Amino acid sequence: MRALVFTKRCLCEILRDPITLFFGAGFPVILLILLSVMNLNIPAEAQMTMFHIENLLPGVIVFGFSFLALFGGLLLSGDRETAFLTRLFTSPLRARDFIAGYALPLLPLGMAQALLCVCIGFVFGLTPTVHILTMLLFLIPSVLLFVGLGLLFGSLLGFRQVGSLCGALLTNVSAWLSGTWFSLDLLGEGFKTFAYCLPFANAVDAARAALAGDFMGALGYIWIVCIYAALACMAAVLVFRQKMKG
Amino acid sequence: MAAIKTENLTKCYGKLTALDSLSLTVEEGEMLALLGVNGAGKTTAIKLLSCLTPPTSGEATLRGHSILKAPQEVKRVIGVSPQETAVAKKLSVRENLQFIAEIHGFDKQKAAERVEKMLSDLGLSELAARRAGTLSGGWQRRLSIAMALVSEPQILFLDEPTLGLDVIARHELWEHIKALKGKMTVILTTHYLEEVEALCDRVAILAGGKLITVGTVAQIKELAGTDSFEDAFVKLCGKGVRV
Repeated sequence: MRALVFTKRCLCEILRDPITLFFGAGFPVILLILLSVMNLNIPAEAQMTMFHIENLLPGVIVFGFSFLALFGGLLLSGDRETAFLTRLFTSPLRARDFIAGYALPLLPLGMAQALLCVCIGFVFGLTPTVHILTMLLFLIPSVLLFVGLGLLFGSLLGFRQVGSLCGALLTNVSAWLSGTWFSLDLLGEGFKTFAYCLPFANAVDAARAALAGDFMGALGYIWIVCIYAALACMAAVLVFRQKMKG
Repeated sequence: MAAIKTENLTKCYGKLTALDSLSLTVEEGEMLALLGVNGAGKTTAIKLLSCLTPPTSGEATLRGHSILKAPQEVKRVIGVSPQETAVAKKLSVRENLQFIAEIHGFDKQKAAERVEKMLSDLGLSELAARRAGTLSGGWQRRLSIAMALVSEPQILFLDEPTLGLDVIARHELWEHIKALKGKMTVILTTHYLEEVEALCDRVAILAGGKLITVGTVAQIKELAGTDSFEDAFVKLCGKGVRV
């Protein structure tokens, strides 16, 4: 019950920030529209499939999730810096209530963001199939990954540092290493191997495979995302609990 | 039963002893000031008593609940207004109060009743729909105190409640704090000596983490052999500060 009350407060704080709304919903949608329009103007002879909707959509959705880390991190670090969290630490809220409260609002936000992108995808030729639902399921570990990273950075760093790290570094790194904007093959085997040791390219490929109906192929990628998501969430919980102990 | 009882309560941060063997008893309904210069141990004492940080040694009980063995029980009986203004800036004044009441376990109806009372008691009714982040420092401080009171605490900690306020806002806030006398136990830290004289039943003076003395303003002036409380404070603190 207390966790739900705290969740409601965190959701209000996130949704009342216009920058959040722009980056959370507007920015991925704008990107999706621009790149899809660009794709319409690429001649078929060029055999450029990178921006076909079934390839582009999963990448843009995962890129959009990177902003969840920013929202969660900013909220938590802001609470720490303004002593609001100190006040809450003197209340009967327990560690699990805090973690649930910070994480839960971000999960539906992430899925709403994904659904919005899917709707835009229909405009640009995405075929409505049951595989879209499978893709959404396979995106859940990616949401958890970015939520975990956001809460970890929010527990460790100050408000400005979180803004720089999650707003600039994480969004860029996750984009470059995801294979959404350019093929990872173009940068050589070493870069590609490195990228696939990290979760971002695996998250995009798992979603692409799920959307294509290749369930087993998706499983081959998603386990790496699950491991990173679990590690990020566990690290966030451990650091937060440590902070709670003063 | 004493509202607060501390026995040799000590907190060290590495080699620094922020609070050194504090032994103190505060009676129910009493308003006690913790007084001292910067670094005297006032905020550390409040952090320990509100279970924000564990003691290095020693023990404290609040209404019989141990800060070591029953911190959740302690948290149910206390209200804390931290030194820095601690409000949710994007929530309205009413939402801030409702939120705090509900996390203390009040149902929606009871929480709403408490919120209305706090809005009325602290003169916040006209600002109820305003977002907390848009209020001036003085109003945010008043909201912060209302948030500490909304859960009907039996023990209230006010950590420098009037810091940074102008004279008018400070005096208005004093009136609200005065109105709490006898209704709950209040521990107040402050740098303003006139605040102590105006509000508190007893004063505990800390210096260098140690309790120098505890008593009424009159007793402390007598102990120091001075006519003014400020002179007494300076004299006693000067003796207690470690080199």
